[in-house]
Amino acid sequence: MTDIAEALSAPALDEVIIRFAGDSGDGMQLTGDRFTSASAMFGNDLATLPEYPAEIRAPAGTLAGVSAFQVHISDHDITTPGDAPDVLVAMNPAALKSDLHTLVPGGTLIVNKDTFEERNLAKAGYDHDPLEDEDLAGYRLIEVPMTSLTKDACADLGVKPRDADRSKNFFALGLLSWMYSRPVEPTMDWIDAKFAGKDLVIAANKAAFNAGHAYGETAELGSQRVIVKAAPLQPGTYTNINGNTALSWGLVAASQLSGLPLYLGSYPITPATDILHELSKHKAFGVTTFQAEDEIAAVGAAIGASYGGSLGVTTTSGPGVALKGEAMGLAVSLELPLIIVDIQRGGPSTGLPTKTEAADLLMALYGRHGESPMPVVAARTPSDCFDVAIEAARIALEYQTPVMLLSDGYLANGSEPWCLPEVSDLPAIEVEYATGFNMVDEDGGEHFWPFQRDGDLKRPIALPGTPGLMHRIGGIEKADGSGNVSYDPENHERMVHLRDQRIAAIPVPDAVLEEGSDGDADLLVVGWGSTWGAIAGAGRRVRAAGGRVDHVHLTHLNPMPANLGEMLRSYRRVLVPELNLGQLVKVLRAEYLVDARPLSKVKGQPFTAGEIEHAVSEMLAELGEDPDGEESR
Amino acid sequence: MTDVASPLHHATVVDDGPAPETTRADWSSDQEVRWCPGCGDYSILTALQLLMPELGARREKTVFISGIGCAARFPYYMNTYGVHTIHGRAPAVATGLAMARPDLDVWVIGGDGDMLSIGGNHLIHALRRNVNLNVLLFNNQIYGLTKGQFSPTSQKGKVTKSSPVGLVARPFNPISVALGAEATFVARTHDMDRHHMQETFRRAYEHEGAAFVEVLQNCNVFNDGVFASITKKDVRDDMLIELEHGKPILFGSEKQYGVSRRPEGVVIVDVAEVGIEYILVHDEGIRNPSTAFSLSRLAKTPATPTPIGVFRAIDRGEFGSSVAAQIREVQAQVGRGDLADLLRSQPTWEV
Ligand SMILES: Cc1ncc(C[n+]2csc(CCOP(=O)(O)OP(=O)(O)O)c2C)c(N)n1
Ligand code: SF4
Ligand SMILES: [Mg+2]
Repeated sequence: MTDIAEALSAPALDEVIIRFAGDSGDGMQLTGDRFTSASAMFGNDLATLPEYPAEIRAPAGTLAGVSAFQVHISDHDITTPGDAPDVLVAMNPAALKSDLHTLVPGGTLIVNKDTFEERNLAKAGYDHDPLEDEDLAGYRLIEVPMTSLTKDACADLGVKPRDADRSKNFFALGLLSWMYSRPVEPTMDWIDAKFAGKDLVIAANKAAFNAGHAYGETAELGSQRVIVKAAPLQPGTYTNINGNTALSWGLVAASQLSGLPLYLGSYPITPATDILHELSKHKAFGVTTFQAEDEIAAVGAAIGASYGGSLGVTTTSGPGVALKGEAMGLAVSLELPLIIVDIQRGGPSTGLPTKTEAADLLMALYGRHGESPMPVVAARTPSDCFDVAIEAARIALEYQTPVMLLSDGYLANGSEPWCLPEVSDLPAIEVEYATGFNMVDEDGGEHFWPFQRDGDLKRPIALPGTPGLMHRIGGIEKADGSGNVSYDPENHERMVHLRDQRIAAIPVPDAVLEEGSDGDADLLVVGWGSTWGAIAGAGRRVRAAGGRVDHVHLTHLNPMPANLGEMLRSYRRVLVPELNLGQLVKVLRAEYLVDARPLSKVKGQPFTAGEIEHAVSEMLAELGEDPDGEESR
Repeated sequence: MTDVASPLHHATVVDDGPAPETTRADWSSDQEVRWCPGCGDYSILTALQLLMPELGARREKTVFISGIGCAARFPYYMNTYGVHTIHGRAPAVATGLAMARPDLDVWVIGGDGDMLSIGGNHLIHALRRNVNLNVLLFNNQIYGLTKGQFSPTSQKGKVTKSSPVGLVARPFNPISVALGAEATFVARTHDMDRHHMQETFRRAYEHEGAAFVEVLQNCNVFNDGVFASITKKDVRDDMLIELEHGKPILFGSEKQYGVSRRPEGVVIVDVAEVGIEYILVHDEGIRNPSTAFSLSRLAKTPATPTPIGVFRAIDRGEFGSSVAAQIREVQAQVGRGDLADLLRSQPTWEV
């Protein structure tokens, strides 16, 4: 990589945020993904935000068809894909129109000049060429005829002009790789592997990439080359991981750690489908995937498999969770292990299928009929999905209960470098099944009573196939002990309390303040789920500006950490940023009687660190005006 | 239990040798049966409890999965493993169990509302996939447990609590539905004939894949006698057409009637008029379900001659074992998965 060695002498930036935007047919996700991978291999810290249109093939060139990929790379630890891009690559007028507002003032705007012709301008709703607008004067505009340069580069290869046109995203990638001194080889190797057997495609993509790279070098861009150096990450082996892949691998790991075969019942739904895809590949791990006829069948089959001794899992998004409600109640009543994964998206109803939101918390906690307590855990970053999947399985199997795992569209598709764990460090998951009788009647007769609980309030589970322990269970209320159908009022009340108590008693780790918090601030920010990155980023900025704010982030939403109430009460004010209208904040106020205030965003996009920083600063100013504020403690 | 103790040995069926001798008492649970006195469900329960010892089945390897309804109470009365699930979803739960545990005999029990209304989708897909299940649908043409509303098998014009001036819609014919889903085993029997039930259940048990049996069942409280005009002893000869593989389809006290094939479908004929050579010889094994479907359309209401017995029984790959075979093939090719390798399966770099 002599090229990079040379580039190391290029002026260094500590971070840059780049946004690739184009038509959904332009390959922007792939371009962004490649740029990300090359940056990851180079050693940057990074975070990504892919944004797809809801339609698979919206009319080409229209605003509805714009697909974007934002990536933040840095030479230091970062937590979000960035508030606003420093560089916007707009492959067509529609991309310019829809995404220009995101670019920072004075930012670099790179456009594919060739697409700015009458038809495309009209499709994007421009009645003139915006490249001639005064407004663009505030940006560093770089106009590159990417389509024609790509066609020229491919001219001698025997590639049809239409096919050559498809390689223009590699031109853009080549150009950006040059500008930001990205290593070239990983992308070349990747092209070889990805398009193996299609020699012409390989040749065209490489020619386009090289043409883009050379354009940077030879055109007047010479002075614009910079480098974002590697970040000092903790030593280890890294891979760039997105949330859905991490979650899938976490489930495979849980299967290995528990010794139970993994059974996934699922029905395709954005943004959860990739988990079904990923797990379908892992037959070598004994994973069974079942694409059911609907979400109810998917959870039903997972319950059946769990009853048979598998690790039963069902994956879906909000609309699917709504359908699974009754079956989840059955699993609560049967006290069987089950994992329900909800990759949240904008709602209600079909809502914003490809956009992120985290408005299913109350549904997860309370969205079933009757008193139906269920543990809930939530992942905070893409790589955390791995750990949280194992934690969900640990709770489900060791405490014999359905568990809801919450992720969201942002974590599902966003990626970050992940320092791979040592497999041998992962803790085993203990699973116990009954093998003998557990009850002796007055006449000395021995029986198996499926609801005769032990000290942990756990019932014994006898797998079908176990000789002598035949028994019947069902969703009708069961007699405490024998498990026989019981309509006795006292028994029902006892069982309702027992189900509640056993879930409430599941031990979860204490809440710990996040890095940078000193435990002594007036304001505590409480987060859950994917807001972690934005809150952590905001905290750094506030502290850098001399403010004081603490941050705690909840993985366990039911039961909550035992020390949480005390922690909350030790602050003057609690701020709860959520991608909903204030769901956790309601729970905290109800459970702990604290002055917790919501910060809401429901735009289908994650919080930026800036938004949270702003809210924190305002709240700190408010608290500062009332420095004693003792009465509000 | 070796197959369960090391469950990562995916889908291995351990041969436990012949089952110990059992009697009806061994298959009866200690629970008091709670159906209305005189309900047809009793005779179905008795038929099955008496049959199980003959099948050589093992109680611990037998699981009854049901939905909700009177019929769905069935598992409580069998001394086997059992799960009384939720309304309509038994075929889905049973599918997961059968896939995870090919060593088990999984029976699915439910009513006409349970399996053709709320659970219709799960039923047709379980049949389409050919999951190794014995599905018994107790058809009483009524919602029993909820006290007498019409069901998807109730006849047009039927007066019930929810159709006081007569039901507007046409019913499903369960056999036609199952054949439409191309189920590999489709049969009908009725609660008034223990022997016929047992022979039909035996065939279902022996079938590899999804076996669907419609059991005509009398709800003496909310729909008494709906099948009386075909199942009562004195009318049976003329009103039930017993299908027997390889035999001409004949019925009537003197076997004077038969079923013949016409371009528009099968029809009932007078044997003396058309001659025995024109009588359809029943063949369960025809892969094309058209003839079986046509037979299922013969009786438009339970007041005209109705075929019973096995309409169709063909071999086709069973779902769960085919899924398990894919897993075993992959493992044979690439070996058991290694978690550390999985974590390194995307590009990695060292810091
Ligand atoms: C989700 C849900 N909806 C409705 C019911 C009420 N319900 C219980 S059984 C039943 C219908 C029973 O009819 P069928 O399946 O024919 O069984 P039968 O009682 O006739 O044997 C209904 C509607 C329920 N238990 N659950
Ligand atoms: S209501 Fe009908 S089906 Fe239900 S138990 Fe009574 S007689 Fe049987
Ligand atoms: Mg019924």
